[in-house]
Amino acid sequence: MSQAAETLTEYHDLDGAEMLRVSDLHAFYGESHILHGVDFDVKRGELVTLLGRNGAGRSTTLKSIMNMVGHRTGSIVINGNETLGMKPHRIPRLGIGYCPEERGIFASLDVEENLLLPPTVRSGGMGIDEIYAMFPNLYERRHSQGTRLSGGEQQMLAMARILRTGARLLLLDEITEGLAPVIVQTLGEVLVKLKERGMTIVLVEQNFRFAAPLADRHFVMEHGRIIEEISAAELPSRREHLNSLLGV
Amino acid sequence: MTMIFGVPLMVFMGQLMLGLINGAFYALLSLGLAVIFGLLKIVNFAHGAMYMLGAFATLLGFQYLGLNYWVALLLVPLVVGGLGMVIERLILRRIAHLDHLYGLLLTFGLALIFEGTLINFFGVSGSSYPTPAALQGGMNLGFMFLPTYRAWVLVAALVVCLGTWFVIERTRLGAYLRAGTENPALMQAFGVNVPQLITLTYGFGVALAAFAGVLAAPLYPVSPTMGSSLLIVVFAVVVIGGMGSILGAVITGLAMGLIEGLTKVYYPEAANTVIFLVMILVLLLRPAGLFGKEA
Repeated sequence: MSQAAETLTEYHDLDGAEMLRVSDLHAFYGESHILHGVDFDVKRGELVTLLGRNGAGRSTTLKSIMNMVGHRTGSIVINGNETLGMKPHRIPRLGIGYCPEERGIFASLDVEENLLLPPTVRSGGMGIDEIYAMFPNLYERRHSQGTRLSGGEQQMLAMARILRTGARLLLLDEITEGLAPVIVQTLGEVLVKLKERGMTIVLVEQNFRFAAPLADRHFVMEHGRIIEEISAAELPSRREHLNSLLGV
Repeated sequence: MTMIFGVPLMVFMGQLMLGLINGAFYALLSLGLAVIFGLLKIVNFAHGAMYMLGAFATLLGFQYLGLNYWVALLLVPLVVGGLGMVIERLILRRIAHLDHLYGLLLTFGLALIFEGTLINFFGVSGSSYPTPAALQGGMNLGFMFLPTYRAWVLVAALVVCLGTWFVIERTRLGAYLRAGTENPALMQAFGVNVPQLITLTYGFGVALAAFAGVLAAPLYPVSPTMGSSLLIVVFAVVVIGGMGSILGAVITGLAMGLIEGLTKVYYPEAANTVIFLVMILVLLLRPAGLFGKEA
């Protein structure tokens, strides 16, 4: 499989199967060893969170899945395809949308250009009208320079542009960071809608109150490993334990 | 006779025209440099050599293969651009992860190799290339005599410059380029093959230089050193314009040509240095260049 993966770009729908399985993932930036054997899996249509303190390796896990870090070992299987040997630009074509922590809005592009920038990776993405209906602010400001938007609008743009591409697995890094409560609430509503559409979502989140009601499972990271898995059903009884792990 | 500040109108307009033609070449070359610098972050010192190769390929194609000017105008940018892509793929990509200074040194070395090889075979004296039949002669505009070929060069250069500006600023491909310039890693995470985009961009920048070389063949002596002497001025133009803007490269190129032309009219002794004086002024007052974005 790993040899075929290099040339394999089409997307296989495997019903009821795992969307993503990360096994014994180690990642390095130059000399520094950031991830020390990360293991977790995400099923189709699930929303999972990666929780943990700053520096626990949550963002690096997402970047490793996208092949954006220096060196990786272990295994990352996306929809049945081993991706560890794949070139970075091939991975999104398996149907993945990545929203980076810094949002990555392009200053040299206006809002609409930003929105239309990511190439379609699969059929069945949201139409531009549908996206503007979900994010009316973006429509009003579609001719503004991308980075002139407010933080909340930029976050919506960063989300909106990966919805257009037909991606079915979304990796979202700290989407609520630094945003006003009303915007956080809107983003929560958007996530619910995406889940209803059958999207699979991995959410790296600092704001646990935001993530708790949305997620099916939570993975807690520390020192580059998953140290705890907590399902939504277990959450009420293990809340205190979780709070102590997160240091809140 | 009409005089402009003590200079006959014919002379004044004639020099202005010459300046504008030079400016058209500055614009084409600095445009290619700006496009390449944007995505590769390499100051392409081989740019003058690529311009020279464009002119040489036109001359040799005519002498040995009987290729006429119009065929050369189409074919030479493709061939030299293709050579550029090979250079990027085989050489520049290997040092892309190093400090960009290495790219500068490497392209400088490549320029010396191309120049030296051609000097070895053809000497430095330079040969002339005939003006294509359809563009011979000129027209009397009343206030000046305008050679047809020079008018053609100006129009062709402007059309290509504006076309390039349009593609980069107004199309989807251009959006890829601008975004790739800003954040190549994220573009890969969207599924864009950035290494391929880089190869094509370098090839395109080189093709612009080769196109300028074809345009130059009937105007200037075709010699192995024609690129290096021009490139120094073009770099001054780039510093004045700033690396940030496509339109800035074009406007600055034309403006510097005009300033050079005007200086020839009023104080010919300074004509070769005036651009560098402007460069020093700009560096002192606005280091990012007239159109550059402050870092």
